[in-house]
Amino acid sequence: MTVKIRTFAAAAAIAALAITATGCSGGNNNSPADGGGKTLTYWASNQGTSLDNDKEVLTPVLQKFQDETGVKVNLEVIGWNDLQTRIQTAVTSGQAPDVLNIGNTWAASLQSTGAFLPFDSAAFDAIGGKDKFVKTAMDTGGVPGQDPTSVPLYGLAYGLYYNKAMFKDAGLTPPTTWEEMAADAKALTKDGKYGFSLAAGSYTENSHFAFINAAQNGADFFDADGKPTFTSDGIVDGIARYLDLMQTDKAVNPSNAQYDNGTQAINDFANGKAAMILSQNNADSSIASQGMKNDEYGVVAFPAPEGGKPIATMVAGINMSIFKNTKNKDAALEFVKFMTSEATQATLDKSFAALPVLDGVTPSFTDNAEEAKTFSDIYSNKSKPLPLVAAEDQFESTVGKAMNQMFATIASGGTVSKADIKSALTTAQQAVEAAS
Amino acid sequence: MKGRGPHSAAPPLPLFQSSEERWVFAVSASTTTSKSAGASAKAPRGGTRKNRRPGWWLPYALLAPAVVFELVIHVIPMVTGIWMSFLKLTKMFISNWGNAPFIGFKNYAVALDFNAAVGSGLLKSFLITCAFTILVVAISWGLGMAAAVALQRKFFGRGFFRTLFLVPYALPMYAGIIAWKFMLQKDNGALNHILYDNLGLPGDKPFWLIGDNAFAAVVIVAIWRLWPFAFLMLMAGLQSIPNDVYEASAVDGARPLRQWSAITLPMLRPVNMVLLLVMFLWTFNDFNTPFVLFGGSQPPAGDLISFHIYNASFLTWNFGSGAAMSVLLLLFLLVVSGIYLIIMNRRSHRA
Repeated sequence: MTVKIRTFAAAAAIAALAITATGCSGGNNNSPADGGGKTLTYWASNQGTSLDNDKEVLTPVLQKFQDETGVKVNLEVIGWNDLQTRIQTAVTSGQAPDVLNIGNTWAASLQSTGAFLPFDSAAFDAIGGKDKFVKTAMDTGGVPGQDPTSVPLYGLAYGLYYNKAMFKDAGLTPPTTWEEMAADAKALTKDGKYGFSLAAGSYTENSHFAFINAAQNGADFFDADGKPTFTSDGIVDGIARYLDLMQTDKAVNPSNAQYDNGTQAINDFANGKAAMILSQNNADSSIASQGMKNDEYGVVAFPAPEGGKPIATMVAGINMSIFKNTKNKDAALEFVKFMTSEATQATLDKSFAALPVLDGVTPSFTDNAEEAKTFSDIYSNKSKPLPLVAAEDQFESTVGKAMNQMFATIASGGTVSKADIKSALTTAQQAVEAAS
Repeated sequence: MKGRGPHSAAPPLPLFQSSEERWVFAVSASTTTSKSAGASAKAPRGGTRKNRRPGWWLPYALLAPAVVFELVIHVIPMVTGIWMSFLKLTKMFISNWGNAPFIGFKNYAVALDFNAAVGSGLLKSFLITCAFTILVVAISWGLGMAAAVALQRKFFGRGFFRTLFLVPYALPMYAGIIAWKFMLQKDNGALNHILYDNLGLPGDKPFWLIGDNAFAAVVIVAIWRLWPFAFLMLMAGLQSIPNDVYEASAVDGARPLRQWSAITLPMLRPVNMVLLLVMFLWTFNDFNTPFVLFGGSQPPAGDLISFHIYNASFLTWNFGSGAAMSVLLLLFLLVVSGIYLIIMNRRSHRA
């Protein structure tokens, strides 16, 4: 009797083990490809006012693609704070989507992982040719001289948004130099309102303004060999200038140090709590969603200090990449072609307030001709691409997060001196060097 | 950083009682946790080759799932992590690990060079984590003990309070910490609202999640999470102390404090021994609390070591370096746990 029970128990234990073992192997099969070439997984970055808004905009577009080609696209929209980590994890594990959006500034970095499909001439032919893209945008696709691993999808540029009524009431005109802008910001900080709102806790935005302010001073974060040069005076001064909007000018609400995405700053602007923001042109859709009308604000180029270089933005934007290990390469190329076609671009540029990346297309993101002209001018004439080097993303994460801490120090009552900035940049540089 | 699982592993279970009548525990806190491996591998008596009883293989069959899972969940990721720590595993090689060059102890040299940025960052984080662990374990244990003793005697509503105190332990961890995150916001958080708007403290509302206050914030949240566990364990331990002992001591004129130090504390010794070790390991390794509380950017004052290592790996895609730091952390925890167990066992022999 006991023997029987024991045997039964053993059999049960082994059966349980067998079930879990098959369970494990079953778990590995939920990767994107189902072999039939009929399904693609697509990771979209957050371009609209919220993740749900992105889904609403993209779902009919993807449905149209399915109607045309029979390929179903599974969409996942990913927020900016998570996107880089998600891509890293995907590269590391191989559990990746077929097609994804990347911040175009990461293109060279992601290219160096070798995990993405290079667009050779055949691949370019499949998506409609390299020449259909604006050259400025296409140049962000990867390291110069190699087949790029991404193609442009949305064009973006930073602009200085200002509240027309608040400027008019204070008798001010839109600034044309940094000095004017800082003075305006100080003058407009009163009655519980602030001259500026900054996404001071967002490492991506902070790193962008480290780059732009340094570029205005003529300083570069990487030398010609791709080695980091984070500690030059031009960079330290540029970051100090940006921090001083909160530190010495006190024109930024210290609470902004906890704003970890641009939307929070945009909301402050749209709700009249701040007179100016620095944002990419996709702010338009967020501002509208908060009930501020297009004629209530104006946009000018982010001004350089007197005697500085007239650089107002980096060449911002979103690119599309295909994972090399996709089992549906043809369908993936077809999808990229569809997303970068004139018809799809027209729909998406308007919904996401993006600048055109296709050559010869006029901006459609706003009905305001003046604003469209301003952004086109900034994008074409006052932009500088972020360094197209493998360590670019490390620059963004190390320098950007160091700046988060600087703003946190200022916001909680401390001071950040130029020596402090330099030592934080030294730390960031050493971390980047240790990984190269 | 493969295999960095949630750190909220199940409470430790006594595996078997050894001949010296000591409990041997398998502590499973995370991949970077000491193991009393081998304990479970002891062969059962009577397994001699001559006269195998029918069903001799049953113990092995019953152990097999545990062994397989131990291998899959702990041993293999740990060995992989140690192997990674000797590689130059940067993003150039991350999509194909096989090509990553072997660089010996270079990752360790960088992590331990306290004059350079990477090493000094690690050292600072280590010291902060030590202070964090001492505070959290001591206060959680104190609260747990106080509550357990207070609820030892029967009174009306005891069950209600016992349940109430266990709520933080029963709540999904992320939900609980996110609630704290809201309460600790500067402008519209509940804490500042109570302190400054209701109680009328002077001055400006402070930040809790950035700057130096972040340390206090992470300590408070970690205590909130941990103390119900101490309470639960100590309450269970108290059930095993017979009431007669208290009655006898009361007849002798012992007061509650004396009863506590002369009866409760010594009788709870076996529980405490394990409880403190487990709480130490969990707290030192705590990843979820800072990760959920601070999100992407860690304030230096709340730079706990698990999250520091995660950042060190992911900010620069330097997974070899992150693995080396993890191995160092593992060694430290092994040494501390080993010394603790040796001292405690010596004392119990003397007792």
